[in-house]
Formats: sequence, C-alpha cells, structure tokens
Amino acid sequence: MYSPQIILEAALNGLMTGAVYALIALGLTLIYGVLHIINFAHGALLTCAMFAVWIAWAWLGMDPYLAILPLVPLMFVLGYGLQRFVIGPASHGDDGNILLVTLGLSIVLENLLLAVFQSDTRTLDTDYSFQVVALGPLLLSYPRLIGLGVAVVVTGLLWLVLNRTDTGKAIRAVAKEKLGANLVGIDVPHVYAVTFGLGCACLAVAAGLLMPTFYVNPRIGGAFVLVAFTVVVLGGMGSLPGALLGGLFIGVVESLCGLFLGDSLGQIGIFLIFIAVLLVRPTGLFGAKA
Amino acid sequence: MLAVDGVSKRFGGLMAVDSATLSLHPGGIVGLIGPNGAGKTTLFSMISGFVAPTDGRIRFEGTDITAEEPHRRAERGIGRTFQIVQPFAGLTVCENIAVGAYLRHAKRADATAKARDVARRVGLGAELDRPAGRLTVAGRKRLELARALATEPKLLLLDEVLAGLNPSEIRDIIPVIRGIRDEGVTILMIEHVMQAVMNLCERVYVLAQGRMIAEGPPAVVCADTRVIEAYLGHGAADRLKAEGAAHG
Amino acid sequence: MTARDLIPIAVLTLLAALLPLVVTSSPVLNFLVFMLIVALGAQGWNILGGFGGQFSFGHAAFFGTGAYVTAILQLRYGVNAWAGLVLAVAAGAAVGWVIGFLSFRSGLRGSYFALVTLAFAEVFRILANAASFTGGAAGLLIKLDVHPANLQFADRAVFYWLVLALVAAVLLLTRWIQRSRFGAQLVAVRENEDAAKALGVNSLTVKLRAIALSGGVTALSGCLYAQYFLYIDANIAYGSWISVELLLAPIIGGVGTVFGPVVGALTLHGLGEVAKQFAGRIPGIDLIVFGGVLVLAVAFARGGILGLLERLRDRGRGMVTRGPKEVSHAGR
Ligand SMILES: Nc1ncnc2c1ncn2[C@@H]1O[C@H](COP(=O)(O)OP(=O)(O)OP(=O)(O)O)[C@@H](O)[C@H]1O
Ligand SMILES: [Mg+2]
Repeated sequence: MYSPQIILEAALNGLMTGAVYALIALGLTLIYGVLHIINFAHGALLTCAMFAVWIAWAWLGMDPYLAILPLVPLMFVLGYGLQRFVIGPASHGDDGNILLVTLGLSIVLENLLLAVFQSDTRTLDTDYSFQVVALGPLLLSYPRLIGLGVAVVVTGLLWLVLNRTDTGKAIRAVAKEKLGANLVGIDVPHVYAVTFGLGCACLAVAAGLLMPTFYVNPRIGGAFVLVAFTVVVLGGMGSLPGALLGGLFIGVVESLCGLFLGDSLGQIGIFLIFIAVLLVRPTGLFGAKA
Repeated sequence: MLAVDGVSKRFGGLMAVDSATLSLHPGGIVGLIGPNGAGKTTLFSMISGFVAPTDGRIRFEGTDITAEEPHRRAERGIGRTFQIVQPFAGLTVCENIAVGAYLRHAKRADATAKARDVARRVGLGAELDRPAGRLTVAGRKRLELARALATEPKLLLLDEVLAGLNPSEIRDIIPVIRGIRDEGVTILMIEHVMQAVMNLCERVYVLAQGRMIAEGPPAVVCADTRVIEAYLGHGAADRLKAEGAAHG
Repeated sequence: MTARDLIPIAVLTLLAALLPLVVTSSPVLNFLVFMLIVALGAQGWNILGGFGGQFSFGHAAFFGTGAYVTAILQLRYGVNAWAGLVLAVAAGAAVGWVIGFLSFRSGLRGSYFALVTLAFAEVFRILANAASFTGGAAGLLIKLDVHPANLQFADRAVFYWLVLALVAAVLLLTRWIQRSRFGAQLVAVRENEDAAKALGVNSLTVKLRAIALSGGVTALSGCLYAQYFLYIDANIAYGSWISVELLLAPIIGGVGTVFGPVVGALTLHGLGEVAKQFAGRIPGIDLIVFGGVLVLAVAFARGGILGLLERLRDRGRGMVTRGPKEVSHAGR
C-alpha cells in the first residue's frame, strides 16, 4: 500500500492547503458571526480577487505575494460597498432574502468574469512556484509553507483587531446584541459593512497565497465556497479559531481522501462531513457558539 | 383530567419549574398566577409538549403524555395560546383560524365554516379577510384564542390573553371566556390581571420561583402571606394594587 | 376545487397548446420545450420552497435523479421509457423523502437547510461523475429510436404538448394543494412552525410530504430533459445550474403561487434570449441578467411578478372599494 512517508507527506500537504481554506473560511465565519448571514457570494468574490492577482502579475508584472498589499484595501472597499449599498438595502433584514441576494450577486460576478475573461483557465508562474523545502526526508512545497504561516498570522491579526481595537469592540458588540449596540449609538450598518469588508480582505490574502501554485477561471470560486462552508460549519459558525482548525482539518481530509479514493472522489469526504455535521451537530465540532 | 405530577424544568443553572404539581377536573376555570419569571409559561409549554420536563410526569385523561409531541397533544384535546402571539402573519384571519379547524374537519368548506363561526364568537367576525399581520394587539390576542378554540379542545391553556388590552377590551372578552367554559371546555389560565382572575376562576394555583406555593379559591389565596411575600419580594404587590384600582 | 379555480388553468393551457400551430421553427420549439421543462421543475421547487417555506439550493438532486433513473433503466435494463418515467418520479420522491427525513428530523431550517440540500446535490454529482454505472464523466446517451412507445417523437410539437400537459397537471396539483388541508398546514408550517404544532399540525409529516411531492415533480422534469435531449452527464443533471434555475423561476414569478414558477421561467428565459440577441456572443450574458433580476426582485418585488401585478391591481381598486373600508376601520 502506501508508505508512511507518502501518507505523512499527503497529510502535511493537506495541512498547507487547509491553511488557505482556513483563510477563506475566516472571512465567511466572521461575516456569519456578526451579520448572522450566509454569504453565498464568497466564492465569486474569491474568484474576483484571484483574477486581480493574476492581472497584477500578467499586466503589471507584480509578484503575487506583493499584490496582496494593494489588494487587501481594494477588496475591503468592495466588500464594504456591496454590503452597505446592495446586500443590506436589498434584503430588508430577512435571512432568506440575504441568501438570495448573495446568490444573485455571485451569479452576476461569476458571469461578468466569464464575459470578460472567457472560460479559459489561467496560471501564473514565479521562480518559487515549484521550490521545495526539505524537512528531514519530507519535501514540502515552499509557497504552500508560506501560505500556512501567513494564514496563522492573519488569524492572529484578525483576533487582535477584534479584541484590541475600538472597531473590533463595536463589531463584537453588534454581533452579541444588535439592538443594544444600536441604542448605545453604534452605527450598525457601518459595522456590518466593515465586517463584510474585513471578510473580503481575507479573500485578498487567500488569493495571493493561492495563485503561485493554483489556477484561476471564472468558475473556480464554486469549488472553494462549499469547502469554506464545510469549514465554517465544522469549526462552529462564527468562531475564528474554529475556522482555522476546521480549515486545516478539512485540508488534511481532502488530501488523504484524494490519496486513497482518487482525484474524482476526493472531495466527497468533505461533503459527507459537511452533511453529517449539519445533521448531527450544527453548532460545530470545535465551536462553542450556537 | 389533567395531572401534573412533580414536574421540573432546568435551563442550565436555572430551575425554571421546580417539582410543580397541579391537577384539574373536567369543567371550570382554574387560574395560574405568580410573579414575572415564576415559570408559568414554562409549565404551560411542558403541558402542551413544547418543552420536555427534566423530571416528573404529566397525565391527560389517564394517559401518560410526558413524552408526546405537541401535535399529538392537540389531537387529544389540549389547546394553547402563546403569551407572545404567534400569528401566521402572511395569512388572513380566516385562514389562520382554519388551520386550527382543519384538525377536526378535513374538508375545506367545513373548516372554513368552523373558522367563521369561531371568529364571530371571539369578535373577529368583521376582520375575516384581513391579513393577520395587520391586526391590533387586541385583535391578535383574539386570534390566538380563536385558533386554539377552532381545534375544539377539551382543555384550553390561556397564557395571558388579557395582557396588553385596555379595560374595555377586557370587559368584552371576559364573557367570551366564560362562554367557552359553559360549553364544557376546561380552562387553565395564566393571568396577571387580578380583577379577571377573581372574576373568572373558581380556583387558582400560585407559582413563585418555580415552586407551587399555594392553591385554593382566589380570595383565600390572595390573603395568603406566602403569596403576598412572593409578590412583594419582586415588587409586584404595588402593581397588583394599581391594577386592582384601575380595573376595580 | 371550483370552476373558478380550474378555468384559468384550462384557458392558459389551451392557448399555449395552440402555439406550435403558429410557430414551426425548431429553435423556437426547442426553446419552448426547454423552458417548459424548467417551469415544471420549478413547480416542484415551489411546492416545498413556496408553500412550505423550505428553500432548497440543491433541487438538482431530484432533477438529476429523474434524468439518471430513466436513462439507466432504459440503457442497462431495457425498461420501457414510459415505465422509466413513472419510476423516475418515484425515485425522485423517495430521494426527497430521505433527504427530508434526515434534515427535518434534525431540525434544519433556513440557511442550514439550503446548505445541506446543496451538499446532497454535490455528493450526487461527484458520485455520478465517478461511477462507471452512471457512465462516469462521459455521461449517458439514450439510444435514438423515434417511436411514441419510446417517448421519442418525430415531431417536436408532440413533445411540447406532452410537457405542456404535465405542466398543466402540476398546475392543477398545486391548485389542489392550495385548497386542501395539506396545503393549509404546509403554509402554516412556513409561517410559524410552533403555532402550527400547537394547532395539531404534525410538521414533520407535512414537510416530508411536501419534499416527496416536490422531489417527484422535479424528477419528472429531469426525466423529460433526458428524454428530449437524449444525453446527460453529471454536470448537466446534478449541476448547480439547474438548482439555481429551479429556485430563480418561482422567486421571480411569485413564490408560493400557482402560476409563479411558470411565469418566472417564461420571464427569465425570455429576458435571457433578449440579452443574447443584444449582446451577441458574450458568454454568460443571460446569467448576468438572471442574477441581476434576482437581486432586483428581492429588493423591490418580494412577491415576484405576480405579487407586483396584484399590488398594482389592488391599488387600482383601492380607489373605489378600499377607501371607505379603511375609513370605517379608523372610525371605530
Ligand atoms: N428557553 C429558555 N432558556 C433559558 N431560560 C428560559 C427559557 N425559557 C424561560 N426561561 C427562564 O425561565 C424562567 C421562567 O420563565 P417563564 O417564561 O416560564 O416565566 P413566567 O412565569 O411565564 O413569566 P411572565 O409572567 O413574565 O410571563 C425565567 O427566568 C426565564 O428567563
Ligand atoms: Mg409567561
């Protein structure tokens, strides 16, 4: 069968992919935790960010990691605007409506990209795309290792923002008690939009980390969005550490399923976990928050 | 007909209801009073099957129903209203009541006829085609009552159907409740409006901090020192007096 | 049901049945058949989502099951196509019941229910794409053998009439639901599940019936799709495109109404065609329109097109009848 080394390598690789899943899920879970909405457009927004990274590289010759720096504020502004001027007003505060509006947005975004870029798959290459780092007998992909590090750092930063800044305090207040927050003078729509913006900013980071080893086409977001939902549900809706742990776990599961079941069936493990968790424990495995 | 035997409910660290016992015989109106947060609504929810007791048994007409689903209990003849009204907001008044009527009438024509009939009895005859979401507070309370009544219950649990109504609205609805009793429906009602309790109930139970502390005719119970203390402890005695003055 | 309930359905069906006598171009007929198939599947969605308030994001699970069951039965077991159609409907209902049983019993609703249905559809898609039994990624080709007994017709118009008849049948079914105890209880569960339970409604049973009916009707549309185009693969049959189509149509047309899904499918695909005419070869242009219309519908027309029309009508009438009534209320 498989030697322990192959299995270990697959697990470690999965861990590193999982870090990017975690970043994507981080944005989703943050939005869920505060706005209590499921952002269906998350995948399409990720695709936008990935195209932005590709454009920066193809047209401006910008390194994908470097592209993260301008992209983070850009995605923040995009997210802020979408929530403030489209999702918020269009959904009249109703749960089902928000789901539909974000679904509509994702269809529009995805197909706008399709109209502009056609359905071709694009990649970019850097001199470090295929570099490996030797860890004893194990060979680990260098860009993915960076991804893992950055994901952990970003989770930490986000935690700091939420717990140490005034904006963060306002966000947490709104998450806990929307009406109360409104009463003490917090501008709730603004806080919602900021949260949505932060969630989208996470996608900018994820896109920059993904592009050196991955590809982009207009439909790619769909592949990530279900995985991200799984991570969020697994980690407990709204829990940041849950998203990080959940992301890493799902990465490993996917990698091992791929190893044992083959590529075409590899993702099925994720969805079965997703369904099982939803049916048995919708509050999540790691999360404490309902 | 109803026997609640040492029933308890714990929410985390809070003992909302603490081995409460209560028994009803067919016919008549029995009151359930107690300060805010005493556990009255929780007790109702356990009788109607929405909350599972942590301890104790509930029997209805000799059958143990402790573990039965709410809809099964409704079929048996236990009807309830909700303290926080729960209208089907998108439906008309008539459609709202018909949902209850369908429990015993499978045909649309019969259920609708029943619904109209009930609506007239509780004074909603003129609002049949109004969306329930547009009713006034008093209208919604009547709708709660009408829907429960349309299920043709043997036991009717009324959770503060008079709260939020003005004195003239209360005066209108008291005869309706009495009329329901006269048809042989047993009524257990939670009520803060003491004038109504005195007026309607033959017997009252008093719940305080989850415990059943007194039981008997309303006049006797209200003179009970434990009851007065229970209310005073929560600063409710003044409110009672004020309400008594307002309605009396 | 009364004559007033039946006449609009009969009249509209007859009018639509006359269309092939006027229109004979096959692209147009193709378009009409496809649209009716979508409308039929959307009617299935509407039973659960519209009347029951349980928004499914994964109705592809039923559409695909209908398509695959009929294709596999014919190809691998030599079952007659008409029998295949009946079994496809039964399979769709069964899959619906199982998904419903698992999710409703664990109390899933709202967004959670939407997500779990989506995941089920995805699992089916991956399995159908991987298993050789379902033809794997290459898909399945139903043998071309034009004969009414094989549910294949030389004249496209005949297939159009068949689908139209089924759409009309489901219109009747929906109207019956609306007028029945089951329908009243289903709507009650949508509006307020606890209140419904207190009135003796077994909400689990009611929702299970709804999802089984819904799955059956949508499977029927999947089966017709396979039978008309004679080819399916996992991304067609279980793809998210169809889940989206089936939920868009009722929401655009009027969710929880009898005609909503048909009106919505007509409007969407009509708009999509117009957009294609104007924008030419830009890929995805029709979907951009769909998505935009969805956002606009949620923002400005919550009852969909039919809701909008009703409000306009009420406003027109309000001048005459509503006015005095409101005054009398205010006077009390
Ligand atoms: N689902 C729940 N979870 C946690 N605590 C609850 C829940 N429902 C009720 N409680 C608590 O149990 C206690 C009893 O509540 P209950 O609603 O039964 O009181 P009540 O006697 O009906 O009061 P009121 O007169 O205000 O209606 C309260 O302290 C309440 O906060
Ligand atoms: Mg109460």
